Amino acid sequence: MILLDTANAHTFLEGFRFIGDHPGFLAHKALEQLELSGAALGIGAAVALPVGVALGHLHRGSTVAIGASIVGRALPSILLIAIFLTILGIGFVNNMVALAVLATGPVLTNAYAGVDGVDRDVTDAARGMGMSRLQMLARVELPLALPLLFTGIRVAAVTVVATAPIAAIAGGGGLGDVIVNQASYRLQGVLGACYCVMALSAGVWLALLALQRFVTSEGTTRRVAGTT
Amino acid sequence: MIAAGGPEPVIPNFGHGSACVTGNHLFCWSWVREHWSDTLEPHLVQHAELTVIAVAIGFAIAFALALASHRVRALDQPIAIVAGLIYTIPSLVAFQILIAFSGLSNTTVLVPLIGYSLVILYPNIVAGLRSVPPGVLEAARGMGLERRQVLWRVELPLALPAIIAGLRIAVVSTVAIATVASLVGDRGLGYPIFLAMRLPTPFKTEIYSAGALVVALALAFDLLLVATRRALVRWT
Repeated sequence: MILLDTANAHTFLEGFRFIGDHPGFLAHKALEQLELSGAALGIGAAVALPVGVALGHLHRGSTVAIGASIVGRALPSILLIAIFLTILGIGFVNNMVALAVLATGPVLTNAYAGVDGVDRDVTDAARGMGMSRLQMLARVELPLALPLLFTGIRVAAVTVVATAPIAAIAGGGGLGDVIVNQASYRLQGVLGACYCVMALSAGVWLALLALQRFVTSEGTTRRVAGTT
Repeated sequence: MIAAGGPEPVIPNFGHGSACVTGNHLFCWSWVREHWSDTLEPHLVQHAELTVIAVAIGFAIAFALALASHRVRALDQPIAIVAGLIYTIPSLVAFQILIAFSGLSNTTVLVPLIGYSLVILYPNIVAGLRSVPPGVLEAARGMGLERRQVLWRVELPLALPAIIAGLRIAVVSTVAIATVASLVGDRGLGYPIFLAMRLPTPFKTEIYSAGALVVALALAFDLLLVATRRALVRWT
């Protein structure tokens, strides 16, 4: 754990120089990271969304839903990656599974809270109009739960993109490869890759926030508590 | 710099242990017994210290910011956006960038941990202060309480459940994020995990035992806060 280079204010600018000198290389690494993150988020959401929505619809299993978020926060990303490393070995699959597990927590909890929290008067009215369970879910509960569903996915996406660099320790590829390899890329390379990761996760956060504003109706957002 | 350098033993103990250790079986109690006092315990204590210091400082800053934005509502939106953006900074990146500034010191580890706990605590404190029913505030004012008295005697006590809820999230998250701090130095329970996973064959016992301690530590802090809540909040 010995730092090779010493740094000053100039070094921080060198990080940007590195980005300017190697745009193609960094873009390639960023794309690799987005691939890993996208696959993990997709799998995590595909598992967690239906479970959360179903539990919320039935108003059951709040312990499971809340427990998922607590466990999700308490399990360190590096530990998950290490555990799956011992099971699945080094490489893409190990990291994808570890990151997918990380993604399930916020998606599940928010999907549950969103559907469970739909006003009982509204669901009663829907049932009174003769809607079936599926119709109620598709036309009433899901649209009303959309803001929270989206919040869950946004939080999960940022978590996954931000954690992906750690996956480089276990052969995950992406910008993390540069960040954890100061011996090859020197400090300016590490810093340049760090800036890219920060831009990437902030960009994902802002893009999903904008998409969320665009997709969800204004009438449904008022009941959502502002969570980051 | 991530790669372990210097004269440290690459594997604290792999190779000259029991048959279970050399065979890298699923879990070896003998290793845990043998290395509790030289590996697991000191890192556990260090991890707990880092968490407590980071959350305490983060709470002090978040509390001051929340009081400010409670007084001046216009501050809330900008603070919330900046806080959201801070939360998107990956912990590994924050540690790596600070390392260039402050080296392999406690500052490097603590600054991001304080930042993340502050970002979690701030919205919870603000939400707690806002959740006080207007009728209660009117009654307090009607009884002749001044603004400061309303804050300390009415609003803050009523906000306590929300504040403790925020502290629970902050502590549990900080315990988890502090494991990443091990990537920048020999600090906390992440370090044995990190060393064990860097081996050509990841050493299972070390990963599982240190990992279990991380989760147990988070759980212990959480239970402590739940007990505090029970002791302090007697009206719900």
